[in-house]
Amino acid sequence: MNLYQAIRDALGTALASNPKAFVFGEDVQTGVFRCTTGLVDEFGKKRVFNTPLTEQGIAGFGIGLASVGASAIAEIQFGDYIFPAFDQLVNEAAKQRYASGGAYPLPGGSLTIRAPVGSVGHGGLYHSQSPEGFFLGAAGLKVIIPRSPIQAKGLLLAAIRDPNPVLVFEPKILYRAAVEEVPTDDYTLPIGQPDVVREGADLIVVSYGTPLHICHALKPPNPAPSIQLIDLRTISPMPFGALTEAVKKTGRMVVVHEAGKSGGVGNDLAGEVGRRAFEYLEAPIGLVSGWE
Amino acid sequence: MPSPCLRPTAVTTKYALSRRSAGTGAIIIAYRSLITGPPPNITPTHHTHTTPTSTPLPQPVPLPTFSPPLSAFAQAPPQPHTQDGKPLYVPGGQAERAARAGRMSSPLRRGSHESWWSGSMGWFNAVAKTIPTYRVLDEEGHLVKGAELPELCYAERWYSCFRLPSRYRTMTLIPIVDNVLYQSQRQGRISFYMQCAGEEAATVGSSAAMLPGDEMFGQYREQAALLHRGFTLDALMSQCFGNVEDKGTKGRMMPVHYSSPELGFHTITSPLATQMPQAAGAAYALKLDEDRQGDCVICYFGDGAASEGDFHAALGMNSVLGGPCIWFCRNNGFAISTPIIDQYAGDGIASRGPAYGLDTIRVDGNDTLAVLSAVREARRRAVSGKKGVLVEAMTYRVGHHSTSDDSSMYRRVEEVKEWSVVDNPIHRFRAFLVSKKWWSEPEEKTLLAKHKAEVMRSFGRAEKLPKPKLGEMFNDVWGVGKGEEVPAVIMEQRAELGRLLKKYGDVWEPWRRERKRFVEEGEDVMDCDGRGS
Repeated sequence: MNLYQAIRDALGTALASNPKAFVFGEDVQTGVFRCTTGLVDEFGKKRVFNTPLTEQGIAGFGIGLASVGASAIAEIQFGDYIFPAFDQLVNEAAKQRYASGGAYPLPGGSLTIRAPVGSVGHGGLYHSQSPEGFFLGAAGLKVIIPRSPIQAKGLLLAAIRDPNPVLVFEPKILYRAAVEEVPTDDYTLPIGQPDVVREGADLIVVSYGTPLHICHALKPPNPAPSIQLIDLRTISPMPFGALTEAVKKTGRMVVVHEAGKSGGVGNDLAGEVGRRAFEYLEAPIGLVSGWE
Repeated sequence: MPSPCLRPTAVTTKYALSRRSAGTGAIIIAYRSLITGPPPNITPTHHTHTTPTSTPLPQPVPLPTFSPPLSAFAQAPPQPHTQDGKPLYVPGGQAERAARAGRMSSPLRRGSHESWWSGSMGWFNAVAKTIPTYRVLDEEGHLVKGAELPELCYAERWYSCFRLPSRYRTMTLIPIVDNVLYQSQRQGRISFYMQCAGEEAATVGSSAAMLPGDEMFGQYREQAALLHRGFTLDALMSQCFGNVEDKGTKGRMMPVHYSSPELGFHTITSPLATQMPQAAGAAYALKLDEDRQGDCVICYFGDGAASEGDFHAALGMNSVLGGPCIWFCRNNGFAISTPIIDQYAGDGIASRGPAYGLDTIRVDGNDTLAVLSAVREARRRAVSGKKGVLVEAMTYRVGHHSTSDDSSMYRRVEEVKEWSVVDNPIHRFRAFLVSKKWWSEPEEKTLLAKHKAEVMRSFGRAEKLPKPKLGEMFNDVWGVGKGEEVPAVIMEQRAELGRLLKKYGDVWEPWRRERKRFVEEGEDVMDCDGRGS
């Protein structure tokens, strides 16, 4: 399976295992990126449905479904267009549990919002953005970015079953990039834990999504330092503890992401880990990011 | 200047652009054509372009030279006409209409309603000339000619048990609650308050039409609906004080942000109209939940909130996707200080209902019985059709927007007085009850005295209760699934407060005083590992 097929498989698994699960968004009956294609034939138009073209409506509708105990799995067609839903996500979804003293959403209710993100090379300003940084301040709202088909299925299923609202940003360039032996079983991968892709002792490179593959493919200069490559996977809440422990061993860390430098994951991570592991650091934490 | 008789001619210019490619050294030649008019002797052809990756598009069919048979018109029954002779609707079956409409029968060209071809421009600005306002009682409580009393069986049962309809009970209670809490804010005893004065009939009348299993999404001025639904005075006061008995919001929210899942009352949040798409989602869930057939959603919003994008998102989604939902607009004339003439130029909010294909009614919001009747019928339509219904209740906000507002800055005090005297929803309902001999002056006095005593007792009690444990501040930020732990970031922040309290909690006067207001005085966050409560 490639990444979009893994997502399709996860959605099918979620719909089959919970009769109160719904998949909806703009064009999901067709599936612009094929992530939802065919689900409507399998599960019917009541559970897999197109919505009118309103991102704030889609997010709010999902919150309402979750409020009364359903599992809402919404799609925003591009991460670039998630901003009309910002109010619903940050002011409503993220704060709902806290505001209601833990009562809403009712038991069984959960909200998952999927959106393709990142550049593909010809997307221009409005089909290329990496909006994850905007959601860092919204405590109560989890944000995850998978790197591969196996990861995508496991993390998406975990997100759907998580009691918190979860944003799943899928790097769209990876949809058809590679094929993995994805288990057809129902399985989840833990949210909130970074994943060590490659072990190393001299330097930690922390990345997620598309640039993780670039970091993985790069040949280091000779003599090659021993580089530990970590997939962050969860953007919010950020796993500072695990990364701090890791950097204490190497003393060096570089964060690599596609999003721009300001107000994003890299500086947040560098600041917090830098404070916690200051006396262990051999050099300032580096940041390789997109240009703004 | 070109001569006016000059025929437009095609001027095609080819530029040969040559440049040396940096990589290969080869010369690349590109052509760019500038066409300034239609080519003279070329007939347009349709492109039959297909790509190997997509399904071939159907070949374009030559445009039909359609002319309807005259017999179709001759056989048509006489049509109702408007004053200027245009047909109001085109009769006949769908197939017949489709045939007569010719190419317009293509589904891509039609809305959900039938239209017809017209040779004259049919500009319009309203679907009806003016939208009428339904009422049952006039300002003095007399039955309006032609109006029917709603079935008062519930009221009569109340009357026989308690000698009083429950609606009137809540309607007379709420001004006392409002008054006490409003004054207490002025004295600095609570931080904020919003009165519902003037809108008692709209909120109580609509709440009375709902059933126990229904879901209610409020905006923020619906405390009367909530009290009528069974929210206790103690619960209401506890929320406003944010004390230890505030089960709904655990002292985390401003006053009036009530929450009561037991009564199906979803948490009030400050952003306007955000509740509306959520109500659409909840209604859709009810529509598909076999255990909840017959339940309904009611969503309150104001004339100002109807300008938000979420209003349109919600009505659009609900009308397309379905789900039993009553969209109840409290049109009270103001959004804080902005009067409705600065809010919209169309015919109120009701005019927007048909645009979304929703059954719509405008109702006198100061007439309890009209609101009750209208919302009961709205509920019947919503549940039986599994769809949305729009109700616009015309009322007037007699109180200030909130305790942070002084409405004398933007409206005359006399205007407010006039509303509260000439068209007072409580007086109107009372006049009706008195005319039916269901209510009397001595009973009124007794009831008001009882209300006052209850409100003061509840107020005094809620004010004395301590605030929840300090640690509650850190709970529910993140939900915790089975076998999971609270994210470390939040526990670290909790521990940070504990450390600071240990250090300064007894020696810094502001904190020493503040701690005492909380259950356990902050001891619960002072455990070393940051866990507890």
